[in-house]
Amino acid sequence: MEWFLANLGFVLDLTWLHLVQSVLPLLFGLLLSLPLGYTAWRLRPIRTAVLSVSSMLYTIPSLALFVLLPFVLGTSILDPMNLVAALTIYAVALLVRSVVDALESIDDGVRQAAVAMGYRPFRRFFAVDLPLAVPVLFAGLRVVSVSNISLASVGALIGVRNLGTLFTDGLLRFFLTEIVVGIVLTLLLAVLMDLLLVAAEQLLTPWHRAGGKRHVAGTDQGRQTRASAGERPDPAEAAVLP
Amino acid sequence: MEQPHRTAAPVQGAEPMVSFRNVTKSYAAGHPAVDNLSLDLDRGAITVFVGPSGCGKTTSLRMINRMVEPSSGTVLVDGKDIAGQAPAALRRSMGYVLQSAGLLPHRTVLDNIGTVPRLNGVSRRQARTRARELLDVVGLPASLATRYPSQLSGGQQQRVGVARALAADPPILLMDEPFSAVDPVVRAELQQELLRLQQELAKTIVFVTHDIDEATLIGDKVAVFATGGRLAQFAPPEELLRAPVDDFVAGFVGRDRGFRSLSFRPADALPLHSAATATLGSLADAPAAGWLLVIDDGGAPVGWLPPGERSTAGLLVGGSLFRLGSTLRLALDAALSSPSGRGVAVDDAGRVAGLVDAEDVLKRLETGRAG
Ligand SMILES: Nc1ncnc2c1ncn2[C@@H]1O[C@H](COP(=O)(O)OP(=O)(O)O)[C@@H](O)[C@H]1O
Ligand SMILES: [Mg+2]
Repeated sequence: MEWFLANLGFVLDLTWLHLVQSVLPLLFGLLLSLPLGYTAWRLRPIRTAVLSVSSMLYTIPSLALFVLLPFVLGTSILDPMNLVAALTIYAVALLVRSVVDALESIDDGVRQAAVAMGYRPFRRFFAVDLPLAVPVLFAGLRVVSVSNISLASVGALIGVRNLGTLFTDGLLRFFLTEIVVGIVLTLLLAVLMDLLLVAAEQLLTPWHRAGGKRHVAGTDQGRQTRASAGERPDPAEAAVLP
Repeated sequence: MEQPHRTAAPVQGAEPMVSFRNVTKSYAAGHPAVDNLSLDLDRGAITVFVGPSGCGKTTSLRMINRMVEPSSGTVLVDGKDIAGQAPAALRRSMGYVLQSAGLLPHRTVLDNIGTVPRLNGVSRRQARTRARELLDVVGLPASLATRYPSQLSGGQQQRVGVARALAADPPILLMDEPFSAVDPVVRAELQQELLRLQQELAKTIVFVTHDIDEATLIGDKVAVFATGGRLAQFAPPEELLRAPVDDFVAGFVGRDRGFRSLSFRPADALPLHSAATATLGSLADAPAAGWLLVIDDGGAPVGWLPPGERSTAGLLVGGSLFRLGSTLRLALDAALSSPSGRGVAVDDAGRVAGLVDAEDVLKRLETGRAG
């Protein structure tokens, strides 16, 4: 604790770097995965190919990727952008599948209705597909967020400064406290990000929470009979709303 | 268009709102889903497409708003070939109601109803104002305005679906089995309300159903589709019932109606046939020929043994029971679901009273219709 307080500035600096290095790839990964996943979902023939390539990407050893990227990107070895690029690749690898699954999870009747009402594809994607994809998509984002935060530490091995630095430094100096602080902060960061994502999802899906009890047409006939006339709103339902 | 067309009561001097001209749709090589359809739909009238599942009703409907493109032939809307019209704009000029209502789950009732006006560039405020009016039109209380579709009953969802289809005040409504997922009581309500609405709005409505009763109730004219996407008959309901053009239509209109009527008719004078029965303990003494009805010691049915089979291992259970005094429909159910082909009639105490035969039920149906 003493060490932690004495080095607060240093540690917070590393935490901030760690956060940036894990959140940026999450954003970039999402931005890349959306068009990729959408295309793979629209064009069935290439779907399998895209999905298997993206799964394979995830199996590349992280250290190898960190070391190789500077050569590919032409960046300097110590550039944190190498780490961001590598984590973006992993994010894409996981998120493409999430995007496909999320789009696949949308009820076909809803999509048909959107087409029938006269949505053009582009607007439909943002107005219908994307909002309805949020629950499944966010499940993927949460996995990637945790995965990024833990993988980012490996970057310290190639000299990128982040919470991983506490591990490498602690190891060099046989200083356990530093390592423990590193672990605790990484964990905290992961939990914090997860809570943030959950909160964001809740904000984006008010309809999801409201639908505590789902009425699939034709499945609960008693209730329909009662509530159908409309001019008899039933109190149980009304109670759901503020 | 100058050619005379046979319609019952077209709006004076008006050309048809929708015309199919030799329209064929094949999804893959082989049987077409819609086969050379030519049809004129009257302005301001309800035209029903009816027929068994898979006969091309939905496909035909969707060729009107270009969700499906014909393989050959032309579809005219308001006298104009739609093949050259922008699909999205065309679709916005028609309301569409689906079986599952197809409401957008992430939008409130008001915003669902306002979808098409919003697509047409109307401001959100205006769209919501219009949506509130429509809630009233379709008989929903204003208190539902801010709910999400998952918080509505099936019947309410369907009403919102109709309101949404009406929002941009399109001259044409396309309705694909809009009421078939709700229970019969609600369905009857919705049917009546649609007819009431139509009195005021006089839209050109194309209504798809597989239910001939619904078709004859709702339709000003009914198009009966036969398997294979063939239009079998296009006529007002009375004519359809009075003079079906062929066996298919007669069967579709007639058998179904007769069968429905069975549910309401008591089976009082239905002949009871005697049953060969044996208890489990006395199987060995039972005659080997014919079906044997196995009963328990109290006389209640246990199951059937096929001819020649007299060991309990071969016992066939299942089939509904016909309680004496109930309807012909239940007698027919019992006969058709019985392994032996004859239904088991039981008395109030649940004891076997005899057997009922499907033939007898159908004979009663014949005499009932003649009388
Ligand atoms: N998108 C499609 N691809 C291939 N076949 C289809 C498609 N849609 C419908 N069909 C086939 O076309 C026929 C008519 O279907 P449909 O118009 O949906 O019938 P209905 O609405 O009368 O039940 C059916 O045999 C169906 O299997
Ligand atoms: Mg259909």
